[in-house]
Amino acid sequence: MTHVLETRNLVRDYHIAGGIFRKGRTIHAVKGISLAVDQGKTLAIVGESGCGKSTLARMITMIDAPTAGDMLIDGQKVDIAKEGLTPEMRRKVQIVFQNPYGTLNPRKKIGDILMEPLVINTSMKRDERQDRAMAMLKKVGLDEKHFGRYPHMFSGGQRQRVAIARALMLSPRLLVLDEPVSALDLSVQAQVLNLLADLQDEFQLTYVFISHDLSVVRYIADDVMVMYYGEAVEYGTREEVFSDPKHAYTKTLFSATPRADVESIKARLARKNAA
Amino acid sequence: MSLLEVENLVVEFQTASGPFRAVDGVSLRVNAGEVLAIVGESGSGKSVSMLAAMGLLPWTAKVTADKLQFDGRNLLGMSASERRKIVGKDMAMIFQEPIASLNPCFTVGFQIEEVLKVHEKLGKAARRARAIELFSAVGIPNPEDRLGHFPHQMSGGQCQRVMIAIALACNPKLLIADEPTTALDVTIQKQILDLLMRLQAERGMGLIIITHNMGVVAETADRVIVQYKGRKIEEADVLSLFESPKSAYTRALLSALPDNATGDRLPTIADLLSDEQIFEGAVR
Repeated sequence: MTHVLETRNLVRDYHIAGGIFRKGRTIHAVKGISLAVDQGKTLAIVGESGCGKSTLARMITMIDAPTAGDMLIDGQKVDIAKEGLTPEMRRKVQIVFQNPYGTLNPRKKIGDILMEPLVINTSMKRDERQDRAMAMLKKVGLDEKHFGRYPHMFSGGQRQRVAIARALMLSPRLLVLDEPVSALDLSVQAQVLNLLADLQDEFQLTYVFISHDLSVVRYIADDVMVMYYGEAVEYGTREEVFSDPKHAYTKTLFSATPRADVESIKARLARKNAA
Repeated sequence: MSLLEVENLVVEFQTASGPFRAVDGVSLRVNAGEVLAIVGESGSGKSVSMLAAMGLLPWTAKVTADKLQFDGRNLLGMSASERRKIVGKDMAMIFQEPIASLNPCFTVGFQIEEVLKVHEKLGKAARRARAIELFSAVGIPNPEDRLGHFPHQMSGGQCQRVMIAIALACNPKLLIADEPTTALDVTIQKQILDLLMRLQAERGMGLIIITHNMGVVAETADRVIVQYKGRKIEEADVLSLFESPKSAYTRALLSALPDNATGDRLPTIADLLSDEQIFEGAVR
């Protein structure tokens, strides 16, 4: 079976132009990442800010072209630098960004936001577009009455639902989720994670889930990749990575994650009283 | 006597559709040397109640309380200039977005020395020496050089350290940290929390941590207040809150943690509770 997404030694460099007083520099944001995700599975990518995980997401979503390396979607090689991006390819991969306050156009109604991917990438008739948008609204737990409203009338969780709905309008194979719940409250986060799980079951979606919250990753991921300074320092199934972290950075990451269980509170209070 | 005593605090904002009650009768007290965590979702009034205590709300807010007392002094009847002598000196606050809460036009050294100039009336050389001392206390490497840097030249974690240094400049009796680590990575979050806890223990400060992260609560607090829609739902010491939460809302909040997930779905507050049920058994 071919993988939905496969990358081989994906590299991305950014060149910073020099000036009169400064020499130009090259920043190696992503240094040769290889990964593979099968249909209906979730790969989580974890790392601190600046480690290249969002750059990787942009390459997978075909927003930026890689400097070197191959990317295959459904077994088909993609090179947007040479061949450009066709609507067929765009339909296969969609992305949901972190901040639902910044990614919805405040001057457009929700209905228009949802129909826009169809306008750009398909030749669908207006009635059909509208029906699809209505159906999708219900699918993500919103209502038909929300169709004519503007983004500022929604809460953060509802906006993230709209962003997810928009990403799903083209029935993609692969959905890239760039920190989709880190801007949300705990209970809203739970709702959005449930929604993502339901949608994955229903449409057999493949997720690339980028996050720095390990408790969320442990909950949602099948495979986990830990990135550090542009390199994958750890890559394996969830059980492997969580039960037996190999790299020093992964261990640091685990020990830094705050634990909310009774045992660790007791241990902390005991330490405090002893001191 | 408690350091900060608040009784029946109500904060209302005038909006186009009538007054909006952001905080609805919250009472709390913090003792010296104690760490209190205030937990709640956005809109629970946790930040607004602390801003009201600091007197930092805009004039559109109407603040009333039966008692608002800091270190034995009544804050309610106090004039604005009197209050400014306390705020930033004995009672300091750090905010969620470290990069946004520093002034981008001035060096971090200028910003920390400004506090010392206003409150401590120190001379130039003494201010600089104190600033260097504070920067090393919060773990900023090369403090002499760093004083001349602008906020944009520093990382988020470093900026938060600067904010903490500024807040500690006048040895406050009470430090209020409003989501101090929400904008930071987990590894940096751990460093900042460790730093706050160390400084709190060393100086015997009262510390209020406002957060929505249950992990942060578990790692830091002595006592916890849970708020929802401007009302206090529960108050307990940290162990009993996690071990045997009394209110249904706290139970629901804890079960929505991905750590505690059983099976495929996370229980959400809306699944478990209606609005009336949330306030059932709420304390005042």
